[in-house]
Amino acid sequence: MSATTAAWLVLAAPLAGTLALALGFKVLPGRSAGWIGTAAIAVSFAFAVVTFVKLQALSPAHRELSSTLWNIAKTSGVDAGATILVDPLSVFMICVVAGVSMLIHLYSVSYLQGDEGYARFFAYLNYFVLSMLLLVLAGNFLALIVGWAFVGAASYLLISFWYRRTTATTAGIKAFVINVLGDVGLVLGTFFIFRHTHTLDLVTTFHLAPKVFASGSADVTAGCVLLLVGAFAKSAQIPLHTWLPDAMEGPTPVSALIHAATMVTAGVYLIARMHPLFQLAPAAEDVGAVVGAVTLLVAGTIGLAAVDIKRVIAYSTMSQIGYMIMGVSAGAYAAGLFHLMTHAFFKALLFMGAGSLIAAMGGDQSLDRMSGMRKALPFTFACFLVGSLALSGIPPFSGFFSKDDILAQIGSRGGWYWGLYAAGYVGAALTGLYTFRMVFRAFFGEPCAEARELIDTGHPFHPDQPTNPANGEVEDTDVGFPGPEHVIAERATPMQIAMGALALLALVGGVVGIPKTTSWLDKFLAPSFANSTLHLSPSNTLIYVGLALGTVIAISSIAAAWIVWVAQPGMAQDIAARVPAVYRLFVNKWYFDELIDALVVRPAAWFGRFAQGTFERVFVTGTLIGGSTAIVRAGSAIVRSAESGFVRYYVALVVIGLGAVGLYFLIQS
Amino acid sequence: MSYVVFFIAALGTLTGAIGVIALKDPFYSVLALVVHLVSLAVLFMLLQAEFVAAAQVVVYAGAVMVLYVFVVSYIGGQNLPGAQGPGRAGTLAAFACAGALLVELFIAVLGSGLKAIGTGGAHVAAGFGNPEAIGAFFLTKFLAPFEIASYLLLLAAVGAVTLARRRGGLESGIEEPAPRLSVAEFMRGRPYYTGTQHETLGRPESLPPSRVKEPAK
Amino acid sequence: MTIAWYLAISALIFAIGVGGVLVRRNPLVILLCLELMLNAANLALIGFSRMWGNNDGQVFALIVMVVAACEVTVGLGVIVAMHRHRLPADVDSMRELQG
Repeated sequence: MSATTAAWLVLAAPLAGTLALALGFKVLPGRSAGWIGTAAIAVSFAFAVVTFVKLQALSPAHRELSSTLWNIAKTSGVDAGATILVDPLSVFMICVVAGVSMLIHLYSVSYLQGDEGYARFFAYLNYFVLSMLLLVLAGNFLALIVGWAFVGAASYLLISFWYRRTTATTAGIKAFVINVLGDVGLVLGTFFIFRHTHTLDLVTTFHLAPKVFASGSADVTAGCVLLLVGAFAKSAQIPLHTWLPDAMEGPTPVSALIHAATMVTAGVYLIARMHPLFQLAPAAEDVGAVVGAVTLLVAGTIGLAAVDIKRVIAYSTMSQIGYMIMGVSAGAYAAGLFHLMTHAFFKALLFMGAGSLIAAMGGDQSLDRMSGMRKALPFTFACFLVGSLALSGIPPFSGFFSKDDILAQIGSRGGWYWGLYAAGYVGAALTGLYTFRMVFRAFFGEPCAEARELIDTGHPFHPDQPTNPANGEVEDTDVGFPGPEHVIAERATPMQIAMGALALLALVGGVVGIPKTTSWLDKFLAPSFANSTLHLSPSNTLIYVGLALGTVIAISSIAAAWIVWVAQPGMAQDIAARVPAVYRLFVNKWYFDELIDALVVRPAAWFGRFAQGTFERVFVTGTLIGGSTAIVRAGSAIVRSAESGFVRYYVALVVIGLGAVGLYFLIQS
Repeated sequence: MSYVVFFIAALGTLTGAIGVIALKDPFYSVLALVVHLVSLAVLFMLLQAEFVAAAQVVVYAGAVMVLYVFVVSYIGGQNLPGAQGPGRAGTLAAFACAGALLVELFIAVLGSGLKAIGTGGAHVAAGFGNPEAIGAFFLTKFLAPFEIASYLLLLAAVGAVTLARRRGGLESGIEEPAPRLSVAEFMRGRPYYTGTQHETLGRPESLPPSRVKEPAK
Repeated sequence: MTIAWYLAISALIFAIGVGGVLVRRNPLVILLCLELMLNAANLALIGFSRMWGNNDGQVFALIVMVVAACEVTVGLGVIVAMHRHRLPADVDSMRELQG
């Protein structure tokens, strides 16, 4: 079996899973839908590993394989087939995506049990994994765009999974609309590139790019900026980020999979994949780097003030992806992807822990009401702690190595990149702060009522009436709303296996990229980035100083969080009261939603009202339709007046007609 | 000699024609037409179409006009409405039309390049308009029109009987006096929108009040 | 008399007939004016028959006479039917086909 065959099988397994679940969702009993879905992704992951092995068996120069299954369009202008590209980058991505998805499927088997839409959930989840795998395996722009659109659709379906909640459906629509904006950017960017290369195939494009584009030319810069628009929308960077916090309306496994580990990393993958084009457009690279830096800072500050635990983790995701985008835009490709992998591990773990926490709280997601869960949920606490330590960048956890790798490589570029370097470390401080804010508030302190109930009775708290955690609306547990069961990790073995596996990976995952010792990931990804013109090699000083600085900042931020939220209760409120404007800014998410509302939504709504009320009524209905019908009716009235009903009048007309005919013949002769 | 006869006959023709259109009483119009027909027969004889002249008198003036007289007597004459004309403008327009047609016909016939109409006609044998000659034609060259014409007569006879047929026997007689109706009354028995354009256009004033609806867009 | 005279008279009678149709309102009189027009055509036919010297025109005129008789029959039948239904014998009042 060759690497490409294995890659096609990687795609085939979730496709089969989706079809089986979608067609049989009414008849699958109990949790079998979950096991089928998990099995499909497990098969996919197995084939991903096979692909990896087969690829590594080839020599490094030959590790770029293209395979076309059939020709979709073969015209004089466009030549596109169903093509996949198997190279280290895509194999890396499919291993990460399939592996993390498999664990999240396993988690969901228990987490969502009892929900009326159980089978539907797994069908959607499998569809999502299929789309994401298609996106990263795409060998031409067509497949990429198709995969891109599909993941957007899957995201919409999954965010609005509990579709009877209005908050969920509006969040789904918001996510989809912003994603479509990104789709437009992606497609337009493709056009700009296609105009010159006349090919959709990725490998050919990258070979032709240096020949047809002068460095910094307008077309390639415009194309790359538009591709960046697509990346920002999908990866929730400023200003197209407002959908991600609202996307937390979806079930927690969805947040873990899509909005932490995989879909939001599609932008990072895009920039890494298109690096030959980006290197011809330094301006676009700079835009990406700056936006990544800004996002990581802004999202970090909002994370300090958010109250819903899932939203804190969502802003954390936004911030960490800012790191990744900054990294791949600045040329640190392997480092950015390394952070993508470790982030997938610990962020999915954090979300899983949050899911267990929320289940223990009976569906409540607010940090204000959680406290002292440490003794009630020991396993969850352990996993959450591991994830938080990895996120904050404490050695020897994986996040430490990946984050510092990015920052060291950015620093090695010198010049104004030092600003990004500094922003990165400021962001690291913020990361430690908001992460352990979560940990200390939820797990430390006096146990809350729900925790007490769990400790005393051993049963998790169960609310009398299920309510929507976002707006407190009362709901039921029928289809379209969450099910009646709240499953905590301590009670469900599948959840424990999944969380345990991720905790282990979060702990030891950094081993693939320890600087100066193991550079396995760098070596693995090197063939994909062999044609890069940037070769960043930070000096040893920079690396070691960076590692030390990272450790110091992480530890001190955790200590500061301890002081504020554990040692001196009430200090957080004092600080907030001292700088009310800043606090308001953070709580209101820097007013981005209001800004977009004023700049985009209101004018669009006004235009819609204008079009319907004025333009359509006056111009289209009144003038065009009314006018043309009035003309026709006037004409008919004129003609109708000839039908007077008088016989003699008709006779007169006949006589006149006769005379006219005779006159014609007379004149003719 | 023939000139004199011609002029008398011509005069009779024209007088009769003018009498038809000018006389108020339909009965007198019928009589004027009889005069016209007989004068026309004389003109035919002058043109050596003796058989046609005879047929004219016998069939036309004899049978058709008698039929007319019957109907006019049946229907009545002077007490009919419609005795007055269409008014000055209408009459003027009508005579303008007719005059234009006349001028055109004159130009067509007399102004054409036919030189033969300036002569008295081609040389003909003695039995030109005889029944013998016409009859021979009817049975040889014009057999088909002859047969078709007789068929047409049959149709007309059947048609006339059908049209004037009484429905429902003698009891539903025409003896009882009834108010004057208009055609619309008879057409109203049909369901709506199966009638004339007048109805279909939904003119409210032509419909009974209970079914008036807003005008069609 | 030359044929032209007969043709002139034919034209005159025809025009008078047309004028009568346009002016009179009584359906009976309108039919009579139709007869006038038919007779004018007959006269023209006979005149031309004489001019050419063959009998075709006369035969034609006879057929025209037959047709005129049929038409009168049917027309009078219609008028009698109108009278039976007490409709006024006035073509101007029968204008339901208006519009």
